[in-house]
Amino acid sequence: MNTLTICRKELNGYFRSPIAYGVMAFFALVAGYFFYIAVAIFVQRGIESSMQGQSMPMDVNEWVIRPVFSNVSVLGLFLIPMITMRLFAEEKRSGTIELLITSPITDLEIILGKWLAALLLYAAMLGLSLISIAMLFAYGKPDWRPIAVGYLGLVLQGACLLAIGTFISTCTKNQIVAGVAGFCICLMLWVLDWVSAFNTTSLGKVMAYLSVLQHFDSFSKGVLDSKDIIYYASAIFFGLFLTARSLESLRWRA
Amino acid sequence: MIKVEGLTKRYARHLAVDHISFEVEKGQIVGFLGPNGAGKTTTMRVLTCFMPPTSGTASVAGFDVLEQPMEVKKRIGYLPETPPLYPDMEVAEYLEFVGRLKGIPKAQLESRIDEVARKCAVDDVKNKLIGKLSKGYRQRVGLAQAIIHNPDVLILDEPTAGLDPHQIIETRDLIKGLAGDHTIILSTHILPEVEQICERVIIIAKGKLVATDTVENLTSRLRGAETVSVEVTSRQGDLNPLQVQAKLEQVSGVSRVIHKDSHDGRIHYTVESLQGRHIRPELARAVVESGWDLNELHAVGLSLEEIFLELTGANREEALKAGAATQEVPAGESK
Repeated sequence: MNTLTICRKELNGYFRSPIAYGVMAFFALVAGYFFYIAVAIFVQRGIESSMQGQSMPMDVNEWVIRPVFSNVSVLGLFLIPMITMRLFAEEKRSGTIELLITSPITDLEIILGKWLAALLLYAAMLGLSLISIAMLFAYGKPDWRPIAVGYLGLVLQGACLLAIGTFISTCTKNQIVAGVAGFCICLMLWVLDWVSAFNTTSLGKVMAYLSVLQHFDSFSKGVLDSKDIIYYASAIFFGLFLTARSLESLRWRA
Repeated sequence: MIKVEGLTKRYARHLAVDHISFEVEKGQIVGFLGPNGAGKTTTMRVLTCFMPPTSGTASVAGFDVLEQPMEVKKRIGYLPETPPLYPDMEVAEYLEFVGRLKGIPKAQLESRIDEVARKCAVDDVKNKLIGKLSKGYRQRVGLAQAIIHNPDVLILDEPTAGLDPHQIIETRDLIKGLAGDHTIILSTHILPEVEQICERVIIIAKGKLVATDTVENLTSRLRGAETVSVEVTSRQGDLNPLQVQAKLEQVSGVSRVIHKDSHDGRIHYTVESLQGRHIRPELARAVVESGWDLNELHAVGLSLEEIFLELTGANREEALKAGAATQEVPAGESK
């Protein structure tokens, strides 16, 4: 109940400031561009293969949806810090955190409410890309199951990065600092698995496992792998746990 | 209603509150008086469960702040030094949000919002953005937020800081109006404010409890002897300071007359009364009946600093030295 109160307040805050509109507009633009590129390549391949006289079956899921999902998952890394940066930093700066903490609600309710609001905004943002998917269904016959798995993966990946971003927002009074730090960490989590391209030792494997995008790979193929779900779930838990600790330490130091 | 025992709060480097103990009874308005940095805000933050004490206990309505913070929080309304407002919310919307946070049942929410908005005189700006309100209005919205769940205890941190004189009077009246229903602790560094609003005073300085007493007792203890500043002139010119001094000394109730200075024919004295005597009317009459002009006559109030000195038993020179020393420290550090 209290969680919902906080969540509603945060969502209202998002849509009252330019943040929500800016983030969603940017996402719609770039995701639409990704979709256009993927479709254009798909069409060109189709023409090429028919000119060579082979009528190879072309898979829309494989050729359009999968690259769009991987690109969108990278786009998320850039937009998520913008969603989470104000969550706690702004409350700390303006002193409203005192109101929240001295109200009869638990820290966990505050954190979950804020994280949930960020997740809902992120989900609404993803929802914009459904327009492109709807077009595929209008002109073709893609399989809907890999698409559902892909969206599930995007939401899980977003939820875990949002949890980490929420934690970073509790560490500073400055939104910009929270945003930049969040972006740096997202970037780190993205490039971590690049070492696995040449490093096959156990260190390389560990780093690859820690990378957020690595785990999205199977989702983008439409494969539900429990290993990846566990990774995202534990990352969400870890991020929110750190947020709770950080919020508590605020009281001892403040 | 509020019980604090041996409360100590230590930050990384310094001791903010050092073994403070006091009690506040139900329905009282208590002034928490002290200079900036005395530990007022820290004590209030412990009482509101914002931060835990390093040692000692504090309880509100019988609930300990560490053991049952939820019960304490339900019973406390808190206005921090900067009102915790969201500038992008409308006043009514903000009050609704706070009301939900404080656990007011949905059915009562609307009537509670109307009631506190009326009480705090913010009902005419209910649909305005908080960010567009003047400072006085914001302060009142802050107060409305603090009383929305009808708490037993109200904790107000410097509720009049930064307001203009007109707004200060409005806010004080508002707080006095709330007195009947709530136990109120308010912090301030302005002495007259305490005299006007509060029944009891808790004075702290440098984290230590200096005095706790009723306002009447404290002021009479400190002002039993009145000190009056008098300035006398004469239209005939040539006024003999000693003659005037002798005349003033004859006024009944006067214990001492000190000649401060004289220039341009104006002679300035400080007159001290005997314990419990009001000498101003007699002084005025004595001057006028002698054919002199009374230029100025006013009671010299004790400043907060002087009260502290009086209460802590330190003398003025020591205090000045200590003040100079603390001012030198940061300068030394910066080199």
